[in-house]
Amino acid sequence: MLNNYAFVLILSVLAFVLPTTAVVLGWILGPKRPDPIKVSTYESGVETIGDTWVQFKAQYYLIGLIFLIFDVEVIFLFPIALAYQQLTLFGVVATVTFVVILLMGLFLEWRKGALEWQ
Amino acid sequence: MLNWSAALSQFLMNLGLPQEVALGITFFIGALVLASIGPVLALVLIHITRKVISRIQDRLGPNRLGPWGIFQSAADAVKLLSKEDIRPAEADVIAYTMAPLLAVFGVIMSLAVIPFANGLIGVDLNVGVLYLVALGSIGIMSALMAGWSSNNKYALLAGFRVVAQLLSYEIPMVLAMLGPVLLVGSMRMNQIAAFQRLEIAGFNIGAGYTAFIIPAMAMIFFISALAESEQTPFDLLEAESELIAGFHIEYSGMKFAMFFLAQFLNSFFLGAIMVTLFFGGWQGPFVDQLPILGVVYFLIKCFAVYVVMQWVRGTFPRVRIDQMMDFAWKVLVPLVLLLILWQMVALKLPVPTWIQYVSVFVGNIVVVGIVLGVLGRYFRGEQLRTKRAFEPKSLIGTMQPAPETAGD
Repeated sequence: MLNNYAFVLILSVLAFVLPTTAVVLGWILGPKRPDPIKVSTYESGVETIGDTWVQFKAQYYLIGLIFLIFDVEVIFLFPIALAYQQLTLFGVVATVTFVVILLMGLFLEWRKGALEWQ
Repeated sequence: MLNWSAALSQFLMNLGLPQEVALGITFFIGALVLASIGPVLALVLIHITRKVISRIQDRLGPNRLGPWGIFQSAADAVKLLSKEDIRPAEADVIAYTMAPLLAVFGVIMSLAVIPFANGLIGVDLNVGVLYLVALGSIGIMSALMAGWSSNNKYALLAGFRVVAQLLSYEIPMVLAMLGPVLLVGSMRMNQIAAFQRLEIAGFNIGAGYTAFIIPAMAMIFFISALAESEQTPFDLLEAESELIAGFHIEYSGMKFAMFFLAQFLNSFFLGAIMVTLFFGGWQGPFVDQLPILGVVYFLIKCFAVYVVMQWVRGTFPRVRIDQMMDFAWKVLVPLVLLLILWQMVALKLPVPTWIQYVSVFVGNIVVVGIVLGVLGRYFRGEQLRTKRAFEPKSLIGTMQPAPETAGD
């Protein structure tokens, strides 16, 4: 069983080495003539104003939170799906209730306006 | 059953190597083959994309280098190799350098659990589907890292958009992946593909696709895959007219090529996952007698899905960001949750298996019909309520009618 993850480990090393080699090769082969204009921020020729790391809208944060809720619930659903063929009536009722609660949560978020993008 | 790793390590052990070394060499060779598939495949994919899109736009596409211009992509790759690697002065060096590497890393890792033929799979993890879900997050992280570290407002904005889009579409995609897992009762990719056999008079024609049982789930997966691979109807993150290029504005040379590679490979692999989960993977006629045929079937299906993706890309206009988010959260997520609900109930009905499958299929059609009907009414009502659908949401209610002037 652990052998499987040895393969994943080896592949992860190679998957990291491959792009690194390409980038390093490009760095070696390409010319290196930086000048102050070239390395300045590119905004289609317009001088950049102020700090880049400014505050953005909180909507992105809200989407992140809703995603987190749903993703955790999905992680609960996968083990249930694996064992579904062996589930008893009680298990089935519990699972269905779980999904229904998920749906109701979604509609609550909808009603509260958390899903509106403005 | 043909299993490459067992066969190769057995062969090496017969040569007199100890078991650990034999296994290590086997895994290294397998991983090397898988990792080097990526760049070669990307060249093919870029060529296909150019040809398909130019065909749609009534052009010829690349046709100078070699027959049908097949060496054009390779020449472009060499050109990118000789480009200067410009790093913005105020960039965050570590995150800026790591982002393109991570993008490729996440994509190549997903190759590990894709079955090319029966037993010809990197490693048949018992959490295969979950592993793919987990890897999806690496791409999101690399996009955010690139956007944040570039020290460019457009890149940062695009980075935020990437996160919002990919997170939103990840939910329907993952839930759609639950459909085949429920049917098969396993998360092993090879087992899911092996499940989709169809025997007629004892002969496996290999067309028992789960897409025939749960077509709506396959459709939802395809739409989410388009969004996840940042293809045209959902390519807001590189909307040229608004964001210049997206989160990789400040990248040049080989680092830019890495993002490009990751994007092309990602759309292909999402297609490959879709083929495995919904369209039988390596299943096809005579695959029991000659397992290696599975590779041919699998690649044909994958490239077919890829061409359809490019077809969509060449045909559809880009959607607006609020439409895109609404579509994910208000249409796809309720739809896929109801589909799962029905599938769970139907698979526990006390009737023979084939009647269960038929009821799942009928339920799929009915649920899609009902949900789209109800939501269609709701959205039409919403449009009527706001009266002028083309008016930006932020201006609704603030516009006053022009004051009537007396005596006019």
